Order: sequence, then structure tokens, then C-alpha cells
Amino acid sequence: MGHAMISLEARPIASKFWGIASPLLAIVVTVAVGALIFAAMGKDPVRGLGVFFWEPIKSTYALSELAVKATPLILIALGLAVCFRSNVWNIGAEGQYLLGALFGGGVALTASADTGRWIVLAILLAGVVGGMCWAAIVALLRDRFNANEILVSLMLVYVATFLLTYMVYGPWKDPMGFNFPQTKTFEKATQIPRIIDGLRMNIGLIIALASAALLWVFLFRTFRGYQLQVGGIAPAAARYAGFSSRGALWTALLISGGAAGLAGALEVAGPIGQLTPYVPAGYGFAAIIVAFVGRLHPVGIVFAAILMSMFYIGGELAQSRLGMPKSLTGVFQGLLLFALLACDTLIAYRVRVKK
Amino acid sequence: MNELALLLAATLNAGTVLAIAALGLLINEKAGIVNLGAEGLMLCAAIAGFATVVHTGNDWIGFLAGAGAGALLAAIFGVLVIWLNTNQYATGLALSLFGVGFSAFAGVKYVQEKLPERSNFSIPLLSDIPLIGAALFKQHPLVYFGIALTIGIIWFLYRTRAGLVLRSVGESPESAHALGYPVRRIRLLAVAVGGAMCGLAGAYLSIVYTPLWVEGMVAGKGWIALALTTFATWRPARVLLGAYLFGGVTMLQFALQSRGVAVSEQLLSMLPYVATIVVLALISRNPTWIRVNMPASLGRPFSP
Repeated sequence: MGHAMISLEARPIASKFWGIASPLLAIVVTVAVGALIFAAMGKDPVRGLGVFFWEPIKSTYALSELAVKATPLILIALGLAVCFRSNVWNIGAEGQYLLGALFGGGVALTASADTGRWIVLAILLAGVVGGMCWAAIVALLRDRFNANEILVSLMLVYVATFLLTYMVYGPWKDPMGFNFPQTKTFEKATQIPRIIDGLRMNIGLIIALASAALLWVFLFRTFRGYQLQVGGIAPAAARYAGFSSRGALWTALLISGGAAGLAGALEVAGPIGQLTPYVPAGYGFAAIIVAFVGRLHPVGIVFAAILMSMFYIGGELAQSRLGMPKSLTGVFQGLLLFALLACDTLIAYRVRVKK
Repeated sequence: MNELALLLAATLNAGTVLAIAALGLLINEKAGIVNLGAEGLMLCAAIAGFATVVHTGNDWIGFLAGAGAGALLAAIFGVLVIWLNTNQYATGLALSLFGVGFSAFAGVKYVQEKLPERSNFSIPLLSDIPLIGAALFKQHPLVYFGIALTIGIIWFLYRTRAGLVLRSVGESPESAHALGYPVRRIRLLAVAVGGAMCGLAGAYLSIVYTPLWVEGMVAGKGWIALALTTFATWRPARVLLGAYLFGGVTMLQFALQSRGVAVSEQLLSMLPYVATIVVLALISRNPTWIRVNMPASLGRPFSP
């Protein structure tokens, strides 16, 4: 672009400042475009943005709802961070989440009126196993057959979705449910314990935050975590050092599958309380954006998940209060990732204006 | 019409959507760019085309609108990955996620609309042949276009100088650059043309194939088209064949259902996706085979 007025010049070293400032700038850009969308649709932009950024934090109840949606996003994004840091492109977390929901839901269905509270632990464990199994298919096909993990993991999302609808239309359909495609409501004993009475927020949030801390230790304080990341950044160096790329593949996929599965189990035994065709809410895809916006760092992910949760709640409120389509959430999510990728250019390049 | 002929005709119809999209992605990939945004592109083009037809009543303007929407979105993707060197996978993913959201957002008003059934184009004489005539020669014009497009792309890629330049940009952008070719502009052009084709496929889906607008109606066809380029080891004729094969798999579930096979509808619906995984694994099993056929700089950024 020699003739252009504005040109990009490679920086000698990556900018630390823009590493942190880029996601913030991306949020600003997304909000600005959001305001334009509201204005273009004849809505008051201030009121529109208020629905997204003020309503979700203005009361205890709202904050609890914010946490309910942030919990699965944090858990899934943490797992994805491990994948992306090791250069494993697992984009099928939505499917792994669904399998977690199915396994966890399956265990929850076995509960009867006099089942003890221990069942919660079994549900969560089943969720982890379900997610891991689904991710293991991806790892196996990549490892043994060299099949592209992006396509396999994504295809498995569709398979998982049909598996869920099959179960709720068929074998697990509630016989007393007036033929609705859903399972019976889970027994009270299966309910994930809530943190505060009367609020839907549950111990899933604590598990998610603890997982963030755990991931920090794993990534930055263990040799295994270090090996994974070297393999992601410099595969040749990792090979030379004798770090197993197969080991990294399996570790990354099993961790992220397990985390997504756990999120799925927490969701069905928590806020949802039964299996329905509406379990898939796109958390697995939104978590990809959360992972990137959070810079694949545990702390960043927690903040990015809260932001994404605002988008979810804002979309629902925009529908009920402003009569706008709920899919506004998806528009904002996509815009945010686009803006982030564009802003990230500033990390490696400097913008020069030629006179 | 005979049941078999009906199945064959439906297979060609379903395959055409995949073929046109996959051929577009093939052009991208021949230039070294992977566009994971295909699914989102197709969705946006599907609603753009559908809305245009609802308002103008003209299918061809609708196809044009779909192709235009595809080209525009692909060009945005192209500028990001080619000039700003953003990660191709992440950027494509952003496009897919944005496309899913945006098309749903833009399409809310059109959910109730339904277009009339499209009349097919009968090739004189040939369409009168029993069985084969009904199966092969009574199709929408775009089905024939898909075949012509394949032949055109084979000719372009392997028989013209421009095609050679395009391939060289995908194989070794450094050499193409050294020879004085504007690598980045060629890549952008390839991405936009590929996007236009994905857009056309998306518009065909909503205007002719269904013909109505449903949120998320592309249902993974963009991803399957991406897999198809690998199945076909980046050869246009094999892309077309693969697309028909997958069109057939999609139709098989309906055929089995109508015959009252005692497998649930949901399990049958998994077929195309499971088939994609199985074929992908089988084809990818031989790394050398993939390495020899894959454009050498696929997915790698290039800055002069």
C-alpha cells in the first residue's frame, strides 16, 4: 500500500499496551455500532444501550441473573483457552456442552423422591464425562485419521443437537407431559445448590471462578501447561524439546470437553431443571468470543464472560421492552469478535499517516 | 413421477447448493485463503436474496442480491485477513457467528412470508425421456449452471494464464510476488468471487430450495461445503461429484422416512453430518495424499 495515506508498519516487538487496550477498544467500537443500529431502527440509543449495560447490573436480582448466564460462559471459555493456546481449534464446545447436559440429565432422571443430595455430585461428574467423550471423538479422529478438528467438532454439534431432540421426543419424553417434547421435571434433590435463597445464582459460579484460578495455576505454574503452550506457539521448538503434540491434543480437548460438559450439567440441573429441545443456547459459540476477548487468560475470561452475559440479557430485554428481535445478541457477539480481531492489528503494527 | 426419478432430481437439487458454495470455497483455497465464514455468508445471502424476491418478485434480482451480499461480506473478511493479517480461522469464525446473528435479526420480518413453488426449466426433447428425463432434465436453471460453473472453473484454473497465476498465489505467494503479481489484490478478488458464489448458493436455498426463510436455515451446509473441498482434494470435478453425493445423503433420509423405515426422524437427520465426519476421516487418513493436493500456502498469511 505504498500509495496510501495511511500505512501499517510492523512493530519491532508486540505492544504490551495494545494487548490489553485492544479488547477495550473493541468493546467501544461494538457499543458505538450498537448505538447506530438502535438509531437506525428508530429507537433511542441511550435507552437501547441502557437495556444492555445498565439493566443487567442495577439490582441484586439482575446481578444474580447476570451470574447465571456468565457461569457456563466462563467454564466453557476456560477450556477453550487451553485448546486455543495449544493451537487446537475446538469450535464444537456447544456439542460437548449438550453431551454434558444429556449425561447429567440422564443421571438426574434416575433420581426419585427419596434420593439424597449426593446425586448432584453424580450429575456433575456425568456431565464432565459426557463432554469429554464428545471431545475425545474429535481428538481420536485428529490423532488417528488426521481429520480436521474444526470440521469434526462443528459437525458433532449438529449430531449432538439431534441426539438431544431424539431423546426428548423419544425415550426420555415425560409420559405425563401432554406429549410435549421434554423430560419430566427433575426431582428436588438434583437441584444444584443455590448460593443465596431466592436467587437463581448457584454454586456453579463458585466452581467456575475456582476453575479460573485452577487454570491460571495450570497454565503458568505447571510444566504440563508450559509444554502445551510451547506446542501452540512454536510446534517445531516443542518437537525439538521432545514435547508430545499428541499428548497436547488429547489434554487440551479432554480439558475443554470436560469443562463444557460440566457447564451443560450445571445448566440442566440448575436453571433449567429438565431436558428440552431448548437446552442449546449458543453458549458454546459465544464462549469462543469470550475466550478471545478475554485474551485466553483466566482473569480476562471472567470479565469477558460477564460482558457476554450482558449481551444475552440485553437481547432478551430489548425484545420485551423495546420490541426488537432477540437475535440482536448474536449481532453484537459477532461484531465484538470482528472488532477485536481488527483492533488486535495494533498489537503487532503501528499506524503511520504519511504527509 | 417415478419415486426413483424424484429422488434423483431432489439429489441434484440439494447437491447444487453444496456444489456452488464449495466451488466458491475452492477458489478461495486455491488462492491460499480458508474462509470459515461460509455458513454465515450463506445465511446473510439467503435472507438478502429472499427479502429481495419478496419485494421485487424477481428471482434473478434475488440471486444477484444474494451473490452481492456474499461478495461484500467476504470482502470485509478478505481485507481483515489479507491486509491486517488477522488469523484466518478466527476471522472466518467471527463472520460465521456474525452471519448467524445478523441474518436472524434482519430476517424477523420475513419469517411468515412464503414464495410460490418455482417452476423448473425443461430441456426440450431430453426431458421427455422416461425416468431419466424427469430426473435430470427438469431442473431449475441454476442446477445446470452448477455444472457449467464446474466446467468453467476447470477451464479457468488449468487452461488459462489467470488461473495459473491464481494457483501460484496459493502455492507460493513469495514467488508470485517476486514475479510482480499483486498477491494481496488477487487474493482479495478470489475471496470476493468465492463469497459471491457462497452467496448465490445461500440465495438458491431460500428462493428455490425451501422456498422460505427460517432462522439458521443453512443448517451446516456452509461447513459441509468447506469439508467438501478437502474430500475433493481441491479438484473442481470431484467437488461437484462430492456435492451430489452429499445431496443424495440428505435426500436419503427423506426417502427412508417416506418408506416408513422404523428409525426416528431425528436419528436420520444426523446422517449428512455423520457422513461428513466419516468421509473426512477416511480421506484425511493419508497425510501425503492431502499434502500433495493441498495448496501449499493454505491458511498462511502473506505480507510482501
